Amino acid sequence: MAKILAVDDSASMRNMVAFTLRGAGHEVREAADGRAALDAAMAERFDLVLADVNMPVMDGIVLTRELRALPSMTGVPILILTTESNIEKKMEGKTAGATGWLVKPFDPEQLLATVARVAG
Amino acid sequence: MGTVDLTQFHQVFYDESLEALDGMEEALLALEHGVQNPGADAPERVNAIFRAAHSIKGGAATFGFNDLAAFTHVLESLLDEIRSNRRAADEEMIELLLQAGDCMRGMLTRTRAGTPVADLTSESLRARFAAMLGNPAAAAASPQASELPVAGWRIHFRPRANLLRSGNDPLRMFRELARYGALVVKQVQVLQQPRPAFAELDPTAPMLAWELELHGDIKRRDVEGVFEWVEGDCDLAIELLHDRRAGEVPQDAAPSAAQDADKPGREAGAHTDAGSIRVGIGKVDALIDMVGELVITQSMLGNIGEHFSMDRLGRLQEGLAQLERTTRELQDSVMRIRMLPIAAVFNRFPRLVRDLEHRLGKRVRLELRGETTEVDKTVLEKIGDPLVHLVRNAIDHGLETPAARVAAGKPETGVLRLEARHEDGYVVVEVSDDGGGLRHGPIIAKAVELGLVSPGQELDDQEIAELIFQAGFSTNKEATDLSGRGVGMDVVRRNVRDLGGSVNVRSREGQGSTFTIVLPLTLAIIDGLTTAVGGERYIIPLVSIVESLQLKARSVRHVAGGGEVFHFREEWLPLVRLHEVFGCAGAETAVERGIVVVVDAGGRRVGLLVDALVGQQQVVIKSLEAHYQRIEGISGATIANDGGVALIVDVDGVVRASARRRAA
Repeated sequence: MAKILAVDDSASMRNMVAFTLRGAGHEVREAADGRAALDAAMAERFDLVLADVNMPVMDGIVLTRELRALPSMTGVPILILTTESNIEKKMEGKTAGATGWLVKPFDPEQLLATVARVAG
Repeated sequence: MGTVDLTQFHQVFYDESLEALDGMEEALLALEHGVQNPGADAPERVNAIFRAAHSIKGGAATFGFNDLAAFTHVLESLLDEIRSNRRAADEEMIELLLQAGDCMRGMLTRTRAGTPVADLTSESLRARFAAMLGNPAAAAASPQASELPVAGWRIHFRPRANLLRSGNDPLRMFRELARYGALVVKQVQVLQQPRPAFAELDPTAPMLAWELELHGDIKRRDVEGVFEWVEGDCDLAIELLHDRRAGEVPQDAAPSAAQDADKPGREAGAHTDAGSIRVGIGKVDALIDMVGELVITQSMLGNIGEHFSMDRLGRLQEGLAQLERTTRELQDSVMRIRMLPIAAVFNRFPRLVRDLEHRLGKRVRLELRGETTEVDKTVLEKIGDPLVHLVRNAIDHGLETPAARVAAGKPETGVLRLEARHEDGYVVVEVSDDGGGLRHGPIIAKAVELGLVSPGQELDDQEIAELIFQAGFSTNKEATDLSGRGVGMDVVRRNVRDLGGSVNVRSREGQGSTFTIVLPLTLAIIDGLTTAVGGERYIIPLVSIVESLQLKARSVRHVAGGGEVFHFREEWLPLVRLHEVFGCAGAETAVERGIVVVVDAGGRRVGLLVDALVGQQQVVIKSLEAHYQRIEGISGATIANDGGVALIVDVDGVVRASARRRAA
């Protein structure tokens, strides 16, 4: 099972993501913004990062770019969580180094299926 | 692993959405201020508004609140246009967005209550936004063309330099393809020719390209979906396999295609509003610390108890002292969890004041002070309405129009100040304005009309101010749309009293008024002085006590009407015999053998006669109403040290009752 860093400023989304992933046996660390996520990623290794795009302090795009610059993140999948109205964000995220994306709204099954794609 | 029950996250969603709406409103008001006074940091504000709408939308869609999600969706699109400077955030737009915020607040409330969420307001606002966006009809989902069965796909896949660096992995993608059907690798091509030496191998550079065949009746978009994330990072060609036996599906086809069949039913019934509280980590950590200490103390005491001998008495006492200290700290910490900054209430006033300014044609500068002052959650929830009433009154009746202010030699813009602070175990909230103050003439006229005072009676400022708290008192000739709902200052005072607090006003005609609300810090625990009256125990809240003293019989005077007064610090105070008030048998009736406890109830002082003082302790208030019935003069009950029940004196109530008796 994977060790996953879940980053979202919305507590309800973060709870949902973390709860779902933990229920599937994954180990989950939570961060409420990009800065906290970056600190977490510098402190320990993750198998996967799930990052919301729209966040205060440091948004998901900047976070992705920063994470990709960390040697410990080489080859580690980063998925950005975005909405369908933000298609350009996907490309922005990819350019920043994201592995892929998960489009909001998603339900727990979709989340697990997507996680399985990269951390199965 | 079964379906995850999402209802458990609803409460958090409501809480954070309401918070996001508050933030959105605050940013909108700041933005409006910026439109009027350019130079402010508009882009960050628009961003904050966008983020608020965005996160509510995300949550609403996730939790299946479709009406709310649809509404927020158009709002978000509009905000996105503002954010990218394709649309101006002028005052009209801000007004519209403020309305949208109100509307969403209503939608959230209805979502929580389980009543229909969309209403006329939300629908018309949504239609308006959609029209502004130029897409009156919601984008229709692309119709699903029925596809003929296919035999499979041939896939040419050549990763480019960046593919691995983005964290994508061809092997995982192949595994995923294999879930749709039978995957056959037809050809592998080594990309780096000649092959580099092992030491020079770059693990993040792709080495191979593939030609694959995927057999089965698989939809093209499923295959494309696997490669969705690497578009642009690879050369990809997907061709239909020409198979002579079209329609024959080799194995179990497409098990993926997220089935929506077993989505949990929309939360049917059972909408229990449990009420939640968001607590800072620091407070929780403090609690955990304390519990840790409690456990240590407990094990230490357990140890002493197991092998006890008198020479260990000192250690036992030490342990008990530590237990007492920790218990008290624990109690403090637990109480502190219920304490929230009053900012949660104050934050709604900038909007209210702005709206009132617009409607009443007045200019108001709102000053908020002490927003971080913490108050009990219950107090926080109930103090809102009285404060709103005071603020409305201040703007409607207190502050003058700009013209009148200039004529009176005041600045055009009036000042309305909301201030909160802690004072001796109380929370003090003040609403003050520099308006016209209470106008004595109309107030006295009205009081005479209501028969509250007799014509020609001399009244000082304080007595006149007190009049406005009388039931049915309003000097307003024509009810405005704000204050015309029959809610007067008497209701404000009653609401505050229900919280165990008091409200008073100081006013100078022509210079303004200050309303002061004094509230207890918490409603659950008080410091009390236990007194004995007859065979009963009565607890007097320590905060109301001025002094306890013994009187000589001759220092008590009888006054006309049967009341008694005594001399205390240059004034004559009414003496209230508690045993008479509560009808206790066997109590001390001789003043000189009892104790008089001087209490202060919102500025009015009386002496309460009790038999004796028993001791001082913190008591947990239990509602008498919930267990028995409401009794005048008693605010609750508690369990005393010896296990008996002691009643808690409602000082305000007793003082009021005694004033009534004297007046009668």
